[in-house]
Amino acid sequence: MAHAPAAAPIIAFQEVAKVYGDTAAVRGLNLTIATGEFYVLIGPSGCGKSTTLHMVNRLSEPSSGRILIDGADASTLNPVGLRREIGFVFQAVGLFPHLTVGENVAIAPRLLGWPPADIVTRVAELLEIVRLPPQAYLHRMPAELSGGQQQRVGLARALAARPRIMLMDEPFAALDPLTRDDLAADYRAIHDRLGLTTVLVTHDMTEAFLLADRITVMHSGEVVQTGSPQELLNAPADDFVRSLIDTPRRRAKRLAELMHVGAGT
Amino acid sequence: MSPAIAGALARLPEYLSQHVLLSVSAIVLGCLISLPLAVVAARSAMLRGPALGIASVIQTIPGLALLALFYPLLLVLSIFTQDTFGFTFRALGFLPALLALMLYSMLPVLRNTITGLTGVDPAIKTAARAVGMTSWQSLLLVELPLAAPVIMAGVRTASVWVIGTATLSTPVGQTSLGNYIFTGLQTENWVDVLFGCVAAAGLALVIDRLLALAETGMAQRSRVRLIAAGVGLAVVIGASLLPLVGRTETHVVVGTKSFEEQYILGALIQGRLMKDGIGATRRDGLGSTVVFNALAANDVDVYVDYSGTIWANHMKRKDMPGRAAVLKNMAAWLKDKRGIAYVGPLGFENAYAFVMRRDRAEALGIKTLSDLALHARGMKIGGDYEFFGRPEWKSVVKAYGMKFAEQRQFQANFMYRAVVDGDVDVIAAFSSDGRIAQYDLQLVTDTKSALPPYDAVLLVSPRHANDGKLLSALEPLVGAIDLSSMQRANLMVDREKDKKTPEQAADWLESVIKP
Ligand SMILES: Nc1ncnc2c1ncn2[C@@H]1O[C@H](COP(=O)(O)OP(=O)(O)OP(=O)(O)O)[C@@H](O)[C@H]1O
Ligand SMILES: [Mg+2]
Repeated sequence: MAHAPAAAPIIAFQEVAKVYGDTAAVRGLNLTIATGEFYVLIGPSGCGKSTTLHMVNRLSEPSSGRILIDGADASTLNPVGLRREIGFVFQAVGLFPHLTVGENVAIAPRLLGWPPADIVTRVAELLEIVRLPPQAYLHRMPAELSGGQQQRVGLARALAARPRIMLMDEPFAALDPLTRDDLAADYRAIHDRLGLTTVLVTHDMTEAFLLADRITVMHSGEVVQTGSPQELLNAPADDFVRSLIDTPRRRAKRLAELMHVGAGT
Repeated sequence: MSPAIAGALARLPEYLSQHVLLSVSAIVLGCLISLPLAVVAARSAMLRGPALGIASVIQTIPGLALLALFYPLLLVLSIFTQDTFGFTFRALGFLPALLALMLYSMLPVLRNTITGLTGVDPAIKTAARAVGMTSWQSLLLVELPLAAPVIMAGVRTASVWVIGTATLSTPVGQTSLGNYIFTGLQTENWVDVLFGCVAAAGLALVIDRLLALAETGMAQRSRVRLIAAGVGLAVVIGASLLPLVGRTETHVVVGTKSFEEQYILGALIQGRLMKDGIGATRRDGLGSTVVFNALAANDVDVYVDYSGTIWANHMKRKDMPGRAAVLKNMAAWLKDKRGIAYVGPLGFENAYAFVMRRDRAEALGIKTLSDLALHARGMKIGGDYEFFGRPEWKSVVKAYGMKFAEQRQFQANFMYRAVVDGDVDVIAAFSSDGRIAQYDLQLVTDTKSALPPYDAVLLVSPRHANDGKLLSALEPLVGAIDLSSMQRANLMVDREKDKKTPEQAADWLESVIKP
């Protein structure tokens, strides 16, 4: 049922494999991600999601196969230039501990040599977007923030240089459910408004269903199924995908029952 | 304040400024080399082992030996550059001390920088790459700032080591706080020794505290602490260096070997030159061979040597043509072979002289070295650290067929006490030493002239060999100092009671030799 998207792919994986020693982290990977798409990678721990993401902006290189960015072989592109056009939000956040929140957010524009006045405006704007009021947070150090606040700064830092592509590795995992939903919804709005292409990695199927245009389910370094949330729900490829979608389905059902009962009394 | 402390304090600005200039230069230079090396080594495991290995080996060389090694090395190099490129540099003093201390400072900076850089969280390094930093930007903007406190701790360790070890640069001709310690030890001026130790330790402590402030400033990103540390360092270093600012360029370097008589004569010569308007500095406590080579290489301009030393050690002569002939031959040799100008003899001899306790010599009927040779097998002889390795001793052994039961080496001060206390039977003393008369020791005469004469002679470096002004300032000293005046001046510095500094003894000597 999965069909190639209509728009030209901005990212394409062609028979990509990544081998560490004699274990393959991913193999036989074929993905096409369309411009403007919100693409989610999901699968159990160690299935190769982070590895896949890191190869897009050449933080690591494929052992075989090709990755195309806008039709150009990524291995022929300048890695530094490529990374400056792609925002990256890490599983481990990775804020620079010696720089203030403001300086962390400003880093990419600074590297690109933006005029200082533009950087100041941009930083304030971004902190508003991730809902960290600049007057309170601009001069704080990362160590003085909660995990969730740090992740917001990480998001703002990734967005700073107006990238066209965002790579996000479990960006909301450390947040409490309320802020997680908030920030996720916020981010989906940002994605739409800025016309971004997003590849997001998560463990959480509910989150995937709520955010994704398309989802790829991975297992042991291989793609199990790719499709829209609808397609996955209606036609899970195997028991593994079925077990993944079971949890959100049961939750939704139980909630619907509760709401029905509440409405009845 | 006691005059001893006042005397030590008067020399503090000169010694401290030289010490700080040397230490700071060595640390800065050491960091300039260690930091880039460590950055490269942190990224390449292949380089890390050898870099740390070499630095560790250097660290195991005793400080004094490392300093001493650089002088001959630079001397050879300076002769080479003179011959090949027509320029030369001072192989004595600042340069060898600087290079040795710089090497000494490298290990802690190297080790800490490598530890600091390799210890940066890999997630943060990946983040730096992901935001589009080049590896150079990642180093400058992320890795070095994060490693800075650890690096600073290394700089601190290096600084304390260098400031301490810099006290050992006195024997290679670099003035430092070590001058207090070396001359103090030699003249048994314990106030000086203590003063030098306290001053060096105090300096190390102050610099260490200020660098510690900088280190916490870096760790806590406290600009206030960093600025305070920077200002503190600038003030301490700036104030210490003040005596060097605007100082008139001195033209003449007066060298001395490492014993009392030399310090006294050095002070006397310096005083004479200054009085005649010739700028003069001193390089005290140089080794006997070092100072001769330094004169030939123009690193030292004036010093007093002894004819027999030059005859036996430098000219390698074994024959003994008599006092006047030795001087004449020596003067010609110095001029022809080394370009050194011989000004003239000061008027006294400081020869090796075998002396015994008078009662013991009389009891055994010993008057000459031949008499002594008969009893030698059952006797112990004492000498200074050099004596038993010198050609004079070999010549005596050969001439008289002497063999002693035991040979013992002493620092000059202890040697006299050893013979007085009966620890040894006879010592190879120095004829101008005041203690021979003080302890009423009996001279054992050298009837076969196995020992060369040791006239104290004034020598001038090749570059000043035709300097009329300098030579005419020195000439009045020729023949001006008789043996008993020199003995009395030496005793003033050597004795325990009413001990004088070499400068005070020089003043006294100046007052008795003035026409
Ligand atoms: N640098 C590396 N060296 C060796 N093996 C690696 C390396 N990075 C990842 N792997 C291995 O590759 C496989 C995939 O790792 P990856 O980090 O992509 O998993 P993941 O899907 O992101 O897991 P998680 O959900 O726990 O983050 C794992 O088995 C992991 O042990
Ligand atoms: Mg991962």
